[in-house]
Amino acid sequence: MSYRNDPYDPKQVALLDQSALDEAVAAAERAFAAAGDPDALTALRPAHLGDRAPISLARREIGALPPAAKSDAGKRVNEARRTIEAAFAARREQLDREQAERVLAEERVDVTLPTDRRPRGARHPLTTLMETIGDHFVGMGYEVAEGPEVELEWTNFDALNIPPDHPARGLMDTFHLDLPGLVLRTHTSPVQARTMLTRQPPIYVVCPGRVYRTDELDATHSPVFHQVEGLVVDKGITMAHLRGTLEHFARAMFGPEARIRWRPHYFPFTEPSAEFDVWFAEHRNGPQWVEWGGCGLVNPRVLRACGIDPEVYSGFAFGIGIERTLMVRHGVSDMRDMVEGDVRFTRAFGVEV
Amino acid sequence: MRVAISWLREYVDLPAGLGAEELERALTNLGLEVESIVDQRATVSGPLVVGEVREIEELTGFKKPIRFCRVDVGDANGTGEPQEIVCGATNFVPGDKVVVILPGGVLPGNFAISARKTYGRVSNGMICSSRELGLSDEHEGILVLPADTPARPGDDARPVVGLDDVLVELEITPDRGYALSVRGIARELSHALELPYRDPAQLPAPGATADPAYPVEIRDTVGCDRFALRLVRGVDPAAPTPEWMQRRLVQAGIRTISLPVDITNYLMLELGQPMHAFDADRLGGALVVRRAVAGERLTTLDGVTRELDAEDMVICDAGLPNPVAGDAAGAPVSLAAVMGGETSEVIPGTTTDVLFEAAHWDPVMVGRTARRHRLFSEAAKRWERGVDPALPLVALERAVELLTRHGGGTATPEITDIDHVTPRGPIMFDPELPTRRAGVEYPAARVAALLERVGCAVVAGPERLAEDPGTVATAAGGPTRLSVTPPSWRPDLVEPIDLVEEVVRLDGYDRVPSVLPQAPAGNGLTAQQRRRRSLGRALAEQGYVEVICYPFVAPELLDGLGLPADDPRRQAVRVANPLSDAEPLLRTTLLGPLLASLRRNLSRGQRDVALYEVGLVFEPRPGAGEPPKMSVDHRPSEAEFAAADAIVPHQPWHVAAVLAGEVEPTGWWGSGRRAEWSDAVQAARVVLAAAGIDEERIRVRSAERAPWHPGRCAELLVDERIVGYAGELHPAVVSALELTRRTAAMELDVDALPAPSVAPAPRISGFPPALIDVALVVDDAVAAADVQRALVAGAGELLESVRLFDVYVSEQLGTGRKSLAYKLTFRAPDRTLTVEEAVAARDAAVAEASARVGAVLRGA
Repeated sequence: MSYRNDPYDPKQVALLDQSALDEAVAAAERAFAAAGDPDALTALRPAHLGDRAPISLARREIGALPPAAKSDAGKRVNEARRTIEAAFAARREQLDREQAERVLAEERVDVTLPTDRRPRGARHPLTTLMETIGDHFVGMGYEVAEGPEVELEWTNFDALNIPPDHPARGLMDTFHLDLPGLVLRTHTSPVQARTMLTRQPPIYVVCPGRVYRTDELDATHSPVFHQVEGLVVDKGITMAHLRGTLEHFARAMFGPEARIRWRPHYFPFTEPSAEFDVWFAEHRNGPQWVEWGGCGLVNPRVLRACGIDPEVYSGFAFGIGIERTLMVRHGVSDMRDMVEGDVRFTRAFGVEV
Repeated sequence: MRVAISWLREYVDLPAGLGAEELERALTNLGLEVESIVDQRATVSGPLVVGEVREIEELTGFKKPIRFCRVDVGDANGTGEPQEIVCGATNFVPGDKVVVILPGGVLPGNFAISARKTYGRVSNGMICSSRELGLSDEHEGILVLPADTPARPGDDARPVVGLDDVLVELEITPDRGYALSVRGIARELSHALELPYRDPAQLPAPGATADPAYPVEIRDTVGCDRFALRLVRGVDPAAPTPEWMQRRLVQAGIRTISLPVDITNYLMLELGQPMHAFDADRLGGALVVRRAVAGERLTTLDGVTRELDAEDMVICDAGLPNPVAGDAAGAPVSLAAVMGGETSEVIPGTTTDVLFEAAHWDPVMVGRTARRHRLFSEAAKRWERGVDPALPLVALERAVELLTRHGGGTATPEITDIDHVTPRGPIMFDPELPTRRAGVEYPAARVAALLERVGCAVVAGPERLAEDPGTVATAAGGPTRLSVTPPSWRPDLVEPIDLVEEVVRLDGYDRVPSVLPQAPAGNGLTAQQRRRRSLGRALAEQGYVEVICYPFVAPELLDGLGLPADDPRRQAVRVANPLSDAEPLLRTTLLGPLLASLRRNLSRGQRDVALYEVGLVFEPRPGAGEPPKMSVDHRPSEAEFAAADAIVPHQPWHVAAVLAGEVEPTGWWGSGRRAEWSDAVQAARVVLAAAGIDEERIRVRSAERAPWHPGRCAELLVDERIVGYAGELHPAVVSALELTRRTAAMELDVDALPAPSVAPAPRISGFPPALIDVALVVDDAVAAADVQRALVAGAGELLESVRLFDVYVSEQLGTGRKSLAYKLTFRAPDRTLTVEEAVAARDAAVAEASARVGAVLRGA
């Protein structure tokens, strides 16, 4: 075998020497580790992985090897290149992460700063309470009925069995108007009459609304206040149905322990009539009975005046004061807070009660 | 009505140990509302004893007479020696029995008694007046006990003066007139506690005699269906009212006047029968009971001369001349059932012949008369609620007996009783009705027993038929029906349902079970109701706080708002009896009360305030007359009710918002932004959006309308119909109403908003948009909205959106010119637009703007 004829030139293939490859790898790893940021690392890439990088030059020398050695050399060069590539990628990822962390740290803010650039408003708790009550009954299949606040005396009084000379009419403290036959409604009950005049039984409605009495404003009275009235007219309605409805309602308003207690009373538009108290376990002064509203079976005279046959149908009606409910439920101690429109009061309730 | 338990005990056997709580529960469950229960035993604490005055030493040298007394108080002071007490009263002499509170006692009002030096002496206690004991308002001197008081010095004085009693104050509902009496309350208590009851009206009382007690003529038996009289002659005019009677009157809050008058008041409290006592010697002729003639006058006991109405009933003296109604009519001496007159009244210390009257008056008449003359006397209150027509003779018998016993004299044997009372008919009653209405099983026997307990006469239908064949027709309903005749004292029991209430009440309301009825499927909230909720919520989320204002406004407010003389908002409904004479009108715009609320918040230290209200305004119907008279016995006809409803003022729902100060606050982020006209317009737009009104249907244009700034007022239209206004308030309004500068406001008629249209779903294109900005120069007077409308119209279907992003004014543009910069976004649903297509669309848009409003492309 002639040495001259042997194409293998140990000098030419020095880069393929394992120690040279190892050194290339080690040099790359040292250089990458020294790079302080992604840009510096990127700048190092040509020197260690580019065309003129030792590892690339080594690959070129493979062609000079005898066929038997090529495979081994190729494997070793690839191995070295993969190691360098991996080192580069690892360092790259590390530097990217470090830079991202640095940016995030620099962008840190005080998240406890106020953020109310556009403050939220609020809905009046009387409104939202009336809606809550309306929703409660709508959920039971009732509908919400409404009527005017300047009302006919006939619907406010006469149709409700309060004829002109009835003592109860005098007790109502009515605002009269310069228009004959009209008043500011003293209760939401005229909506009962309007409902019965325009619908046929079965009737299941609640009527929330604003009412008027000539009471001076003080801690417990207001000349303008709100009621919710319920009216049911159907076949076979009894006082037991009234109690069941009120107790269901009471639990929705005052918690699962709420109960209803009746005291016989007089309302011209109901017979029998009762005032009712509710047992309020969460009262701020401890569990107790709280006066809540009035109720009864619809007086047959009212049914007749509205064109409903009392021999066929019976019904019940009940009413509560919204202000009173709010006072009890939320511990409002002064009526004036609810009517003066001070934003501090209303804001405390947000948009729901 | 305030009454002592001791009085009730005379007619119902209340158990000795009946506690206040048990009593209150019993009364409450009967429907007699307890206002208060005062245990008088607890009003004075410590030693309160009977004393007998031994010696009186008048002390001199003081501004008023002062007495140094030695009072025998038995062993109550521990020594048995007379107690030395300084006293400022002079109405007693040695030997008088008085009430003494010893040191350590406490009088009402937390007035503690101790030994103390006064007027140079040591006073060991106090001799009490009635007022100091809380017995009455009497304070002219100390309380001197009657000479025959059996109590001895040193005895506890409480039972002697009636301080051992319990007073109950009841609120009686208008249907239970009978409970405005000891008789009625005792009866009710006997029902509740199932105790024996003695009816004070169950008394043998002699009936009318052939000769009258006094001549009388009844000319109106509708107003007066019963009139009874008895006369007592030779009464001792100086006879005092017995102490026990005085005490009961005082406890009930009634002043004592004279023995005959006190007797009438006492019997009113006990029986519930209001009465009148005339001085017979002051009557000149026969009594005439009739309606008054308009123009007649009467001076009532309260000293007021009253112009009488033709509906009033009067008792007249035929012996007096009457220039108005003619002498035959006699002259009024008493406003019947309400208040007596001055001329015929018993005179304390003078009257010797007393004519007692007990009648029965029409409750409607009395109610009207009381209201007309604003005389809500104790008598009127009872008449209006219904008085037992069976009482007059019993009341007269009791009155005569009491007067002759305590005042001497002799009752004349004649008795007048003119009785036109119609007996009550029976109510045919199905004994199953209470069960059907209450949801509680009441056996028929129980129903009958309960009705009998309240005094009804109950017979089964067939028995009734046998008794009275005339009622065959009414009893034909069925063999089980009951014929129930209510007692004379229960005019409130008229219909079967009234009897149902008695059954359920006496059986106990607490026996009614709880059953939830199943309502049929409902339709939920109406679109209008949902809309009002949405717009309120939207404004709240925008920073507005809801207020609920009183709708009462002052006429001056309309001036303050700068409303022109012919503005329809000046046509307001007027409250006839306003709480404040200054604010008699109902609002025709929400802004007045809302701005007042804004000012109140500002005055309380708020600087940045945004408020809204959703409420009714009141618009009277011009020329609306009176509503037709409508029956209550049947449904009014459609036409009748429609005619009535047509006079009811139009009351549309409005929404309004007002704002002042910073709408976006200054903060660490930089300076804030003050509220201005555009916030108000935006609030209106927010409302319209919340109401589901599509942007396409809304038009905003400049307008002049009070109370807005004429150059900063937007008129909002939906489907070309005006629905409201928004903008900055007129500076004059801001000044008149003392508001913050630049306060802005909006108001919309919610009821004028049309229903939301069903929104067609947009086609969402995934192709890229072409964005082109254009700046257009137009005259200052050209509305941006018109420019934008032209751009939209010109750009055609490729235009996806247009947004004005800058308004620029400079000298280079020329005076009276402005530049509006728009960002146009073009996009096709099915392809990527070419530059040429986008530019062509832009050019078309600009061309349209140029054609419509003279816009010139800036820089072109």
